[in-house]
Amino acid sequence: MARALINMPKTAPAGSVIEIKTLISHPMETGYRPGPDGRLRPRDIITEFVCHYDGAEIFRAELSPASAANPYLTFTTLATASGTLRFTWSGDNGFSQSQDVALTVT
Amino acid sequence: MSPDRRAVLAGGLGLVLLRPVAAASLRPDREPTAEAIRRFTGGAPVNPGRVGLDMPPLVENGNTVPLSITVESPMSAADHVRRIGVFNEKNPQPHVVTLHLGPRAGRAAVATRIRLADSQRITAIAEMSDGRYWSASADAIVTLAACVEG
Repeated sequence: MARALINMPKTAPAGSVIEIKTLISHPMETGYRPGPDGRLRPRDIITEFVCHYDGAEIFRAELSPASAANPYLTFTTLATASGTLRFTWSGDNGFSQSQDVALTVT
Repeated sequence: MSPDRRAVLAGGLGLVLLRPVAAASLRPDREPTAEAIRRFTGGAPVNPGRVGLDMPPLVENGNTVPLSITVESPMSAADHVRRIGVFNEKNPQPHVVTLHLGPRAGRAAVATRIRLADSQRITAIAEMSDGRYWSASADAIVTLAACVEG
C-alpha cells in the first residue's frame, strides 16, 4: 500500500466549493531513465486517478510519465450532500488503491 | 597492463560516441506535439484565451514543476469545462496530463506537478461544454532536466 494523503475539509456548508488536495507516494518511473546497468528501467506509473462523490464521478485525471513522482493533484467540487468521497489511483503493474473520506454538509 | 588501459580508454570513447546516438534515436519516435493536440481536440480550432496557466518561468529542478490551471467559466450545467489537456514540446512524450472536470467541480481550478526534460513551452487546452477549445501557453527555462537522466 502506497501512502496517500488527502487534504479536504471535513464539513462544508451546502453549495460551497471545497478544495481537495491529493498526493500518493509513487516513483512514477518514466521508462526513459537508464538504470545502473545502462538499460532503460521499465515504465511504472500511475495512469489514472478518479474521484467519486457518492458514486458519481466528479474528477478524473489521465497521467503520463510527465507527471512528477508522488503525483499531486488539486481540484474542487461543490459540496452538495453529506456523503463519501472515494479516491482511486490505478496504474502499471496492476497498481490500484482506493481511499474513502467522509464529508459532512451542513 | 597497457592493453587493459587501452581497452578501458576504448570503452570510454565508445560510451562518448554512443550517448548522442541514443539521444538522437529517441527523437524520431516522438509524436509531434501538434499531432497530440489534434488528437485531443479532434481537429477543432483552438483559440487563445480564457485559460490561465501558472508555472514558474525559471525552473531549477525539472523533476517537479508546480503547474496550476484556471479557466474562466461559470461551471454551470449549461456552460462548463469538460476537459483540460496539457502538452509539452520537448519531453519524450508530448502529453503531460488530461483532466476531466464537470459542472460539479464548482470552479475550474486545478493544480499538479510535472516533469520537464528541457527548457520549453507548455500549452494547456480546455474543452468547454459547447465544444469550443481555449488555450494558454507558458515558457519555462529548466536548469536540471528530468526524465532522461540516470
